[in-house]
Parts: sequence; C-alpha cells; structure tokens
Amino acid sequence: MADEKQRDVNCTRREVFVKLGLGSLAIAGAGAAVSGYEFLSPNVLYEPSPIMNAGKPDRYPQGSVTADAQNGIYIIHGPEGFYALSAVCTHLGCLTSWLPEQGRIACPCHGSKFNTEGVKIEGPAPRPLPWLRVWVSDEGDLMVDRSTTVAARQFLRT
Amino acid sequence: MAKAIEAYLNDLRETRVWRSMFRSGTGATNLHRALAVQQNIFLHLFSVKMRRAALNFSVTWYLGTLSLATFLILVGTGIPLMLYYHPSVPQAYADMKDLQFVVSAGVFLRNLHRWSAHAMVLLVFAHMFKVFYRGAYRAPREFNWVIGVVLLLVTLFLSYTGYLLPWDQLAYWAITVGSNIMSAVPLLGQKMRFLMLGGNSVNANALLRFYVLHCVILPLAAILFIGVHFWRIRKDGGLYAGEGKPHE
Repeated sequence: MADEKQRDVNCTRREVFVKLGLGSLAIAGAGAAVSGYEFLSPNVLYEPSPIMNAGKPDRYPQGSVTADAQNGIYIIHGPEGFYALSAVCTHLGCLTSWLPEQGRIACPCHGSKFNTEGVKIEGPAPRPLPWLRVWVSDEGDLMVDRSTTVAARQFLRT
Repeated sequence: MAKAIEAYLNDLRETRVWRSMFRSGTGATNLHRALAVQQNIFLHLFSVKMRRAALNFSVTWYLGTLSLATFLILVGTGIPLMLYYHPSVPQAYADMKDLQFVVSAGVFLRNLHRWSAHAMVLLVFAHMFKVFYRGAYRAPREFNWVIGVVLLLVTLFLSYTGYLLPWDQLAYWAITVGSNIMSAVPLLGQKMRFLMLGGNSVNANALLRFYVLHCVILPLAAILFIGVHFWRIRKDGGLYAGEGKPHE
C-alpha cells in the first residue's frame, strides 16, 4: 500500500498518460503485426488434393515405370510389387523425368540422377526421392498419398 | 528576336498567374535564386548552393544516373504493360503472347521493359563497383552505401518477381527453384516460402503476390530509397569528387 502511494507521488499525471498512450500503441502494434501475419497466410488453399486415384493396378505392367508429370509422381511396378516415388527433385524442387533408355530418373535443372528406387546416383540432390504411401482402395483402385512419405522399399503386393 | 523572347518571358514571370504558382519572384540576386529552389517542392530537396564542379556534365555520374534512367524507363513501360496483363493462371501467358503479337507496340514495350531490366541490374552492380573503387563510400557517405545496398536488394527482388509474370516454363521453374532456396533459411525458411508464395507451390496465389510486389510494393520502396539516396548525395555536396581533385 505504502509502495503504491510512493509511486503515485513520483509519477506526474502527464507521465501516466504518456505511458498509457505508449502502452496502448505497443499493444495495437503487436495486434496489427499478428493480424497482418494472419492475413498474409491463406486459410484456404485451392491446391489439388494430395491423395490421388491412379486407376486399376493392372494398368501398370510388371517392370514398368509410369511418369505422371501432372501429379509429380512415378508409379512403378517392380519385381517385388508396386510403389510410388515423388518426381520432385530433393535438390531444389524441379520436376524430374524418366529416361527409359538409361533406366534412370534425371532432373533437368542441375543434373541429379536417381535409379528406379529413388536412390541418388549422381548430382547435387541431398536425399533420395521420397517413397509415397500407396494402397488399394475398396473399389480396387491404386491410391497414392503425395503428402505422406514412407520408408524406402515398402512394396505393395496385389 | 532573342531579346524579344526574353522580354516576353520576363513579362510572363511578372503576371499574377505566374506569381501565384511561383512565389519567389524574379531577379538574379542570390536571395531570389535561393528562394526559387527552396520554394519549389521538387527542387527543395536539393541544396540552394552547390559547387560549380558538382554540376558539371560528367561522363558517367558514377553510373547511378544511368541506373535511375533505366528505372524510369521501367516505370514508363511497365505501367502500359499492366493495361493488357491479367495476373491469373489461365490468362497470364496468353496475355504475354498477345502483347508480343496482337497489341500495337506491345512487343516494343515488352522488349524495352525486359532489356531495361537487364540493364538496370548490370548498371546497379557497375555503380556499386565504381563507388567502391573510387572510395565514394567513405565518411560522411557511409550510410548512403547502406541505402545503396538496400536499393541493390530491391532491384534484384524486382527482377526476381518480374521473372514469374510471363508464366512460362522458365518462369515457373525459376521461381520454384528460387523459393526452395529461400526455404533453406534456418527455422523461418518454410514459413517465409509459404508467405511469399501464398501456398505450398507456385500457383495462382504466388502469381498474384508476385504481381503486387512487382507493380506496387517494390517500386514504391525503390522510389522511397532512391529519394533518400539522392537527397543524401546533394546534402553531402554532390557526387564524390575525390580528395582535393576537381570533379570529373
């Protein structure tokens, strides 16, 4: 009680109002910064769904590598089963392409090359191409979730 | 003839309409000359007195004036280009092609804009080297070097944002690569990329954001910093003329 009284005496009316004003300006500034950040980050994105239907598995014959540039994935039917690789290079995000004559996946931007299991063979890519989650839907369609990566060499047998 | 024109101009300067616009009045005294500068909104940024050497026509003007000239060309060509360009995914590329093949003088404006943009980046770097090697960054001009660095970054970011607008393969993948480089910033990288693109990939939001940055926010920033940059040069006595040497 005594302390509060002391403080009142040491603070003029003008100082109180200046502090109130600066304090409310600081609060308003912080609020503007937060709502500005909220405004700049979109709440709804009209981007394509990460989960895509790749059709019936028998569209993909044994030993085939099917590039889907539109969706940025490869659907591969290897000897041990189906799997899907992201076609987005792990270096700087360019779309890689499948070179059947070399049996390699190559990035046109900076020359990274990968084998059909996504393992880097040469170039600046820091990581192998990610393996994506693959499953068969109730209707028997092959489904790929482009937002979920799984450990390498997880094959889907149908 | 020349005398008659001069007399006519002198009479014109004494008219009430002229004096209502330019209050300093006529006269060749130092006071009148100083007032003419100080009472004009455009001229008042400049000093009322200069060393004559600082006003001499220079070969390069440190290349800063040429950088400004390219910037003015870019504003002058960019605004007409905006009249035919829609920053939307279905239209952007087609509008760019229309500007080249359908719009009268469109190809001229677009090419002038593009070449001036290249020239501006080159000239801004050349300007920086010239200021560095001539020692024009030294006291009292150190802070103007800092403003110059800001202007260099604004120039590069203008160049980068303009690169996406044609919305062709080169633009798309250049911005994809550039934004992925940005996401390598520790801790904040992913967030910065998301905010800059307005999403997770280079798409409609990114195109619109880059358009607004390119046409509004960055040019305004450039004009602001160019103003401060030039004002400081004038207040420091004009372009740096070396120690004891006349300005070249």
